[in-house]
Amino acid sequence: MNLYALLFLVTGLGVIAWLTGRARAARYGAASKHRLHSLPGQHGLYVAMWTVIPALFFVIIWSIFTPNLATEAVLRDPQAFALPAFGYEREAVLNEIRARAAGSEYGFYPAAEQLAPVYLQASRFYSWIGTGIAILLAFACGAFAYTRIRADFRARTRVERTVMLALLVASLIAILTTLGIFLSLLFESLRFFAMVPITDFLFGTTWSPQVIDPADPGATLGAVPLFWGTFFIGAVIAMLVAIPFGLMSAIYLTQYAKPVVRKWMKPMLEILAGVPTVVYGYFAALTVGPAIRDFAVSLGFTYASSESALAAGLVMGVMIIPFVSSMADDSIAAVPSAMRDGSLAMGATSSETIRKVLLPAALPGVVAGVLLAVSRAIGETMIVVMAASGAANITANPFESATTVTKQIVDLLTGEAEFDSPKTLAAFALGLTLFLITFLLNIVALRVVKKYREAYD
Amino acid sequence: MTQVDFADTAETSAAPAVAPGVPKMAAQGVNVFYGEKQAIRDVSIDVNMENVTAFIGPSGCGKSTFLRTLNRMNDTVASARVEGLITLDGENIYDKTMDVVQLRARVGMVFQKPNPFPKSIYENVAYGPRIHGLARAKGDMDQIVERSLKRAGLWEEVKDRLQDSGTALSGGQQQRLCIARAIAVDPEVILMDEPCSALDPIATAKIEELIHELRGRYAIVIVTHNMQQAARVSQRTAFFHLGTLIEYGETDQIFTAPRQERTKDYITGRYG
Ligand SMILES: Nc1ncnc2c1ncn2[C@@H]1O[C@H](COP(=O)(O)OP(=O)(O)O)[C@@H](O)[C@H]1O
Ligand SMILES: [Mg+2]
Repeated sequence: MNLYALLFLVTGLGVIAWLTGRARAARYGAASKHRLHSLPGQHGLYVAMWTVIPALFFVIIWSIFTPNLATEAVLRDPQAFALPAFGYEREAVLNEIRARAAGSEYGFYPAAEQLAPVYLQASRFYSWIGTGIAILLAFACGAFAYTRIRADFRARTRVERTVMLALLVASLIAILTTLGIFLSLLFESLRFFAMVPITDFLFGTTWSPQVIDPADPGATLGAVPLFWGTFFIGAVIAMLVAIPFGLMSAIYLTQYAKPVVRKWMKPMLEILAGVPTVVYGYFAALTVGPAIRDFAVSLGFTYASSESALAAGLVMGVMIIPFVSSMADDSIAAVPSAMRDGSLAMGATSSETIRKVLLPAALPGVVAGVLLAVSRAIGETMIVVMAASGAANITANPFESATTVTKQIVDLLTGEAEFDSPKTLAAFALGLTLFLITFLLNIVALRVVKKYREAYD
Repeated sequence: MTQVDFADTAETSAAPAVAPGVPKMAAQGVNVFYGEKQAIRDVSIDVNMENVTAFIGPSGCGKSTFLRTLNRMNDTVASARVEGLITLDGENIYDKTMDVVQLRARVGMVFQKPNPFPKSIYENVAYGPRIHGLARAKGDMDQIVERSLKRAGLWEEVKDRLQDSGTALSGGQQQRLCIARAIAVDPEVILMDEPCSALDPIATAKIEELIHELRGRYAIVIVTHNMQQAARVSQRTAFFHLGTLIEYGETDQIFTAPRQERTKDYITGRYG
């Protein structure tokens, strides 16, 4: 049976379960001297949950295994003995069988054409079995729940617990995904560090993955220039733009702007935060980069690059402004207005009040915001891919080119290298390093924020 | 509307709105609006140096609003608008030439909830003198801080830990720190908006004692919802109701022989 039809059927059974459960509970409520512990609707929900959830769970598991079971059936067929033993071609044939079974008309392998009906039949067979079991399961579990309805049965508590469980599962998915990403990064990085000594990678100052000496791959895979470039572009240049402008706009918005102005300006800043980074990338590569090169040349830097660190950093800084501004806005707004009134009542002017009372009080929050902004900036990819250069220089001259970790990761993975070469695996080591640094920054920032919140509660 | 206004004005002028002695601050025909809503109607009142003046009245009647007109703290509320004449030593404080910064240095304020800055005790007291440039040398500042803390009756408790954070003190100590902070710039008037409402009885007693000691040196205006407190600390009492000044006179007279029916009802606990 079609999967959607089955889902529809199970849902329908759920509705019926809800109705019957509710009706039975209502009857109990009417007959019994005692009050029902839970409302009839909650009993109904309880029965419906028992009917639907195990069956759905089974359907999901079953539909994961059905293709495998059907493939097994195909391979047991005498016609399949002629298939290539293992490897690429066998997989191709099997894929084609599945595609034909799903309705495709095209293909190369005659064997696939012969075996497709076998596959189709097998998968129909298994899906009917699955349907049968699912419906049985729905009935069995529903009946079980139905028999448990009593006046004093705590259906409400049970339903509550199930809801909680569902929420828990939902939140675990995000956490487990993060963990999975981390583990896969770690795993690939370990393979990399088996080929390249970790000290070469972390402290080496030469980065040129195009020319790797197989005898000593670590010699040209020193990531210091990338760390420097990332720090220089993301944490220095970008922050030199984002911190002052973000902070000043937050101060203006919280302290000086009339409500009308605030009402318009805040959403506009937020729009700035919503611009896709690739658009910033265009802007950096096509407008800002050349402009800065011309400017640098006019200053006398003849070797100025149009892929300068300054161009990428400036645009990145602009991108981060709304982020810093909104963090600073929040933490300034969180300073009790009694502080501000206290200062104004002493005869301080607005700007004195901001400098001497509000900003010091909001400082931890602002610092946390800046840390988060840095962690975003160094993880930012699109702008540097488009506007920064691939040349791994260690330079403090903003008109020269510099490269970043993220840019290099993209470059390493878009090549044609084999998957287990040091060059490709270096991308994972870089990713892991970046992950750890931003993770650390986030933890520190959260701690700072937490401590600061406690100070006023 | 004019009917009601007329009646209220008549009532107000029936009670003597002028305190004996030279008025330090005087309000004449003051109206305050929050947007369209009128919070204070035609209030006229004098405040002088000799007396502690108490503002009483049910919550929401405009005591805080009126108090805040006296140091122009209502300027910080975007929707607030003040009409009428308020003078300090005969000078109109709402005049264009009046410097609000100077005004607030002369008319200090203590708030309902203690609001020390998250700085050291020393820096809290030094805050005002520093922004107004009252101390030339470091020694001067030490003196100002010590004198202010002594006047606020806090010196003995904190002299060994002036560098500790002001927010680490107890509620009563924090409020006295705020009083010290206000005193430090040598104001002429001190406005207190329910300064004890967040404090326990012992801390309250200390503040009341302090108000006694400060009387005469500063013109003190205290808003309170606690009538016993008004009776204990003040010499003159003003009773507000629904934004109007119902009665203003000697505290003894207000509490023992109120002239207005509404005052009597409030004093005897009929409403509020
Ligand atoms: N910032 C404000 N904006 C609008 N209305 C206000 C504001 N502050 C006070 N009010 C209103 O003005 C009236 C007087 O308030 P307030 O002066 O605080 O009274 P009290 O101090 O006597 O309790 C109340 O009705 C209050 O709702
Ligand atoms: Mg009040």
